[in-house]
Amino acid sequence: MATPSSTRLLDQVMAETPGGETLIGCLQCGTCGGSCPSASDMDSTPRRLFAMLMADMDEDVLTSNTPWFCVSCYYCTVRCPQDIPITDLMYTLKQKAIQAGHYHQDAHAPFSESFIGYVEQYGRSFEFGLATRFQLVHHPLATVRKGGLGFQMLRKGRLHMTPQKIKNMPQLSAILSKAKQLAGQEV
Amino acid sequence: MTDRELTYTYYPGCSLKSAAYAYEDSTQVVSKSLGIRLNEIDDWNCCGATEYFSVNQLPAYSLVARNLSLAHSQYGGADVVAPCSACFLNLRKTNDYMRKYKNLNAQVGQALGAGGLSYTPGSVRVRHLLDVVVEDVGFDAVKEKVVKPLEGLKVAPYYGCLIVRPETGYNTEYPTHLDELMTTLGAEVVDFPMKTHCCGGHMTQISEETAYELIRRILKNATDYGAQAIVTLCPMCQLNLDAYQSEVNKMFGTDYHIPVLFFTQLMGIAFGLNEADLGFGAEVVPAGPALATIGHPAEQTRQRPKRRDKNALPMPGSNGADES
Ligand code: SF4
Ligand code: SF4
Repeated sequence: MATPSSTRLLDQVMAETPGGETLIGCLQCGTCGGSCPSASDMDSTPRRLFAMLMADMDEDVLTSNTPWFCVSCYYCTVRCPQDIPITDLMYTLKQKAIQAGHYHQDAHAPFSESFIGYVEQYGRSFEFGLATRFQLVHHPLATVRKGGLGFQMLRKGRLHMTPQKIKNMPQLSAILSKAKQLAGQEV
Repeated sequence: MTDRELTYTYYPGCSLKSAAYAYEDSTQVVSKSLGIRLNEIDDWNCCGATEYFSVNQLPAYSLVARNLSLAHSQYGGADVVAPCSACFLNLRKTNDYMRKYKNLNAQVGQALGAGGLSYTPGSVRVRHLLDVVVEDVGFDAVKEKVVKPLEGLKVAPYYGCLIVRPETGYNTEYPTHLDELMTTLGAEVVDFPMKTHCCGGHMTQISEETAYELIRRILKNATDYGAQAIVTLCPMCQLNLDAYQSEVNKMFGTDYHIPVLFFTQLMGIAFGLNEADLGFGAEVVPAGPALATIGHPAEQTRQRPKRRDKNALPMPGSNGADES
C-alpha cells in the first residue's frame, strides 16, 4: 500500500500487500501449490507464479489465470513454511492485472465489480441483484437453466427482491473515497 | 455458566439477513436460551466478502474498519461476534493487520477520519459464534440444556476454510470443537477427512466446473462416511453444498440428497426449542427425512413472514414484489 519506489512488479506487489515483503524468502518448496484445491485449473501453481514474478516475467504473471482461480481458502497461507501471506498476494496480483487491463477471463473481474457496485451504492451486498444481473450479462443461458434454483431460493425467502441500504451512506462513501485516493485510485 | 448473562456485540453480516436467515433465526433463539446477549451494531455495513478484498484492498480494510469503529463506539470493548465465517475472517484480519502493519493502520485511520470515525486496532476482539459457544458457554453448560438428545443422528461436522484459517488457535487442518459440540448434543459424529476443505466459495458464480468439483468432493466424502446430515457454521458453505447439490448431481450423474444444516439449528432441536423458530424449511435439500429418523419431524412448511425493511429500496421491474 506504500507508493512503489521501483517499477519492478515484484517490488510493487510486495509493497502493496501487508506483510508482502516476506515473499522474497520463498523457498520454492511447492507446499502452496500442493495444498491448493484449485491448482488443477490454474495455468501456474502459486509457487511457479512467484518464481515468474521474481524472474520479472511480468506479462506472464499479469495474464496468468492463477489469482483468478484462487478461492481464498488460505490453505497455502497456513501451510507455507515461510509465513508468506499467499492469499493476500493473490489479491494484489488481481488488482495489478485489472490495472494493467488483463482480466484473463472476462467474467472474473466484472463479478467482483458488480458486487462492489452494490456495496458502494447501498453499504450492503445484494445477492438477488448480484446473481441475476451478473448471470444475465455473463451467462444468459445458464440463467435460464438455473431459473428453477433462483425461483426456489426466492420462494423460500432466501433472496431479497430489494437491496438493504445503510442509514449513513454518506459516511461510508467518504471513507471509501478517501481510501481510494490513498491507494492512488481514481475517485 | 448460563445463569449469568454473556454480552457481545453482534455483527450479522449480509447473508444472515437474506439467504441464511435460518442461521440468523436459530442463532437468536439458541443464544437467548444460553444466556448470550447479542447487541447488534447499529448501521453496520458489508464486510466486503472476498470480492472487495480481491480487487481493492485498502478500501476493503477501511470498509471493515468502519464496523469495528461503530462496534467500539456503541458497545465499548465487548467482543464482536460474527456467525458468518467470511465476516469473521475479514473483521479479525483487519483488526490484526491494522495492529501489525503501521502503514496500513495509518492509511485506514485516515480513511475512517474522512467519515468522522476512528479506531484503535485491538480495542475489540473478534470472535466466531462457535468459539463463543465452545469457550465461553462451555460444553457442560450446553449439555445441561439438552432435553432432546440427537441420538442416532449421524452428522458430518463441516468447518470449511475460514473459521480455522489463517490462525485462530484451533487446529487449522483437523479442528474438533464442532465435533465435540455435536457429541455433546448427543449426535453421532462421523470422521470426515474433508472437514476443512473448501466449498468453492464464490466460484459458483465464476467457474461452475471448478466449484462443482469442490462441492462434489465434500458431498461424496460425507456420504461415504455415512453421514445423514452435514452441519456447517458458514452461510457460504451452507449455500454451496445445499443449493447447488442438484446441479452437482446433474454434472456428475450422482444422486446426493444430504441436508446441510447450521449448528445452531441442531442445538435448537436438542434444546427442545420450537422448531418453527429455527429456520427449518429454508434448506433446499429437506432436513425432514434425516430428522424424522430420530423422531424430530422438522417443520417443512413454514414460510418466511413478509418483512419490509424500512431502508430497502424498490428495484426497477420488481413490481414492489417482496420476498415471499
Ligand atoms: S509454500 Fe511458501 S515458501 Fe513454499 S513455494 Fe509456496 S510461497 Fe514459497
Ligand atoms: S488461498 Fe488460493 S492459492 Fe491458496 S490454497 Fe486456497 S485457492 Fe489456492
